[in-house]
Amino acid sequence: MPTSSDAAVEVREISKQYRLGETVAYGALRDHITTSFRRMIGREAPRRSTTFWALRDVSFDVPRGSVFGIIGRNGAGKSTLLKVLSRITEPTSGEARLYGRVASLLEVGTGFHPELTGRENVFLNGSILGMSRREIRARFDEIVAFAEIEKFLDTPVKRYSSGMYVRLAFAVAAHVDPDILLVDEVLAVGDAAFQRKCLGKIESVSEEGRTVVLVSHNMNVVGQLCNNVAWLRSGELRAIGNPTKVITEYLAEGRESELEWRPNEHDPRRPLRFHSVSLVREDEIGGNAFAWNMPIHIVLDFSLENPMPPTHIALHLLMEDGQTLLNTVSSDNRPHLNHEITPGRHRYRCTIPGGLLRPGRYFLSMWEPAGNRHVHREGILSFTVTDEHNPGARHGQYGLITPILQWELD
Amino acid sequence: MPTAPIVIRRRTGLAALQLSDIWHFRELLALFAWRDVLVRYKQTVIGILWALIRPLLTILVFTFVFGKLGGLPSEGVPYPLLTFAAVLPWQLFATALGDSSVSVVGNAHILSKVYFPRVLIPISAVIASLVDFAISLVIFLIALAVYGVPFSPRLLALPLYIALCITFGLGLGFWFSALFVRYRDVRHLVPFIVQLGIYISPVGFSSDIVPERWRTLYALNPLVAVIDGFRWCTLGQPALRLGEITGAVAVSVILLISGIYYFRQTERTFADLV
Repeated sequence: MPTSSDAAVEVREISKQYRLGETVAYGALRDHITTSFRRMIGREAPRRSTTFWALRDVSFDVPRGSVFGIIGRNGAGKSTLLKVLSRITEPTSGEARLYGRVASLLEVGTGFHPELTGRENVFLNGSILGMSRREIRARFDEIVAFAEIEKFLDTPVKRYSSGMYVRLAFAVAAHVDPDILLVDEVLAVGDAAFQRKCLGKIESVSEEGRTVVLVSHNMNVVGQLCNNVAWLRSGELRAIGNPTKVITEYLAEGRESELEWRPNEHDPRRPLRFHSVSLVREDEIGGNAFAWNMPIHIVLDFSLENPMPPTHIALHLLMEDGQTLLNTVSSDNRPHLNHEITPGRHRYRCTIPGGLLRPGRYFLSMWEPAGNRHVHREGILSFTVTDEHNPGARHGQYGLITPILQWELD
Repeated sequence: MPTAPIVIRRRTGLAALQLSDIWHFRELLALFAWRDVLVRYKQTVIGILWALIRPLLTILVFTFVFGKLGGLPSEGVPYPLLTFAAVLPWQLFATALGDSSVSVVGNAHILSKVYFPRVLIPISAVIASLVDFAISLVIFLIALAVYGVPFSPRLLALPLYIALCITFGLGLGFWFSALFVRYRDVRHLVPFIVQLGIYISPVGFSSDIVPERWRTLYALNPLVAVIDGFRWCTLGQPALRLGEITGAVAVSVILLISGIYYFRQTERTFADLV
């Protein structure tokens, strides 16, 4: 077995098999007994269990002191991998070695008890995350100051606002000092300022020579923070290495000519049912490329069954290296309106003005509302902007965008 | 490398008890127990007094029903004391069993997010039940003094019977908490066991009224030895039969060991099932 002495985490051919439906398979003992009995007397065919591999022969090393990103679509096995590394669930086969003290942050505030006060929860949560009582006591004031909740220390956390709750939970997590930190999408909670705080913390953790393994949907975060990125697809390691390269491959995968996206499943918990998101052209080029100087329309076709509170849909336009070029929100140009959508079928059209985008490859991601948060739909569309068909293209332009601005001479 | 690496792989063969792991996580164990105690009486008006009211009401009812209405013999001891000496370990057993059985499912949100030895969960539930017990025990000792029952050196043997009671409760607790993850029947089964158990254990009566031919079957229930032991230590009731103690210890230890074994065998799928 190959080992490198400077690896903090070694993963060797880890596989994890789930029986389909096993996550909801708890049942009544009676059912178990009756089906066993029926099978015994031959009244019922033996159960053919459907299994699937959440992870299949995944191997990689995480160098000590690096930030390692894991990306992939929903259900690709990212979270399962993190759960295996956190020892929450056992792999079906394979082996992993972790050198050093491990803390996993699969959510913020694990083990918080609503009836207990902030002070009590700091101790409980800190212990659950692997801190000793002595460590917690030593860092208690720091934690409280970080969370900015001094006044509410002796209030049960069930009376906290969600912001206070998350701040306190993250403050505890941020003060655990593991050699290896396993993080899953924790960054998706909270407001922008809070997310920046989290990012800063992760950066400083790795600067101190600690190792971070991070699962994220946010390509900006992965691109900026990670030294290495692993891309999982259907439980298998598809690519690993340089973040920009892997992210580009990931975003480009299977998206050669997709100007229309149709979801193949609908989660009934999400208020909006999307029929399609498509790109509509004004140019005459055809194919996957758009002329640089013509507008591109993004059309979102969806229906809403029940009235819902004001919310918005967000679109992210990503460049080839995974960096977000721009972010636009359906409420952008009407902030004064109570942005309520009535039940029924609707279409949003969002127009990217001609001339804005440099020639190159682009990806579109969407954040759709789901309850009081947003769910990410990653790289749903991809397209190319070209200047080949436009003799008047402006070569030699610098900068990320190339808008045509007004120049006036007085 | 300063410390041995954490090795993650599928466990095969017999599962070890992880005693060293439990020691390593002793602070978390204490915190879980402390949380359970704190939470139990949060937002209640009389708080910890519940730890007194429940046994006292049980004693009252049992004294009335069995002592007064039933006219059962009490071997020269005031009937309330005879019942108290039994309700004490009974309540300990019932709370330990009830709380530990639901503990794993009740802590599902933690189990599915963080690693720690899973055995801490039922153990901490049992530790928490000892707190209520300790309070009742103090009241019991006061009651003994009030009734003028002399304290004998036999009291020194009491911790052994407490240990036996815990062993039995925890053994069943390991079994049920692990079974509960897969079979939600446990939610109905355990209260039923507790409800019936109080009648097949000598809580409201003295073991002497049990006919000799039923005696062996009757004494298979380790609580018979526990309760008779409590009465022997505190009330000077007749000594236990050696065979019955041995049987009780054997049943409890077998349950505990097999319970831990079953728990450890099934815990690897807890996070996937709860």
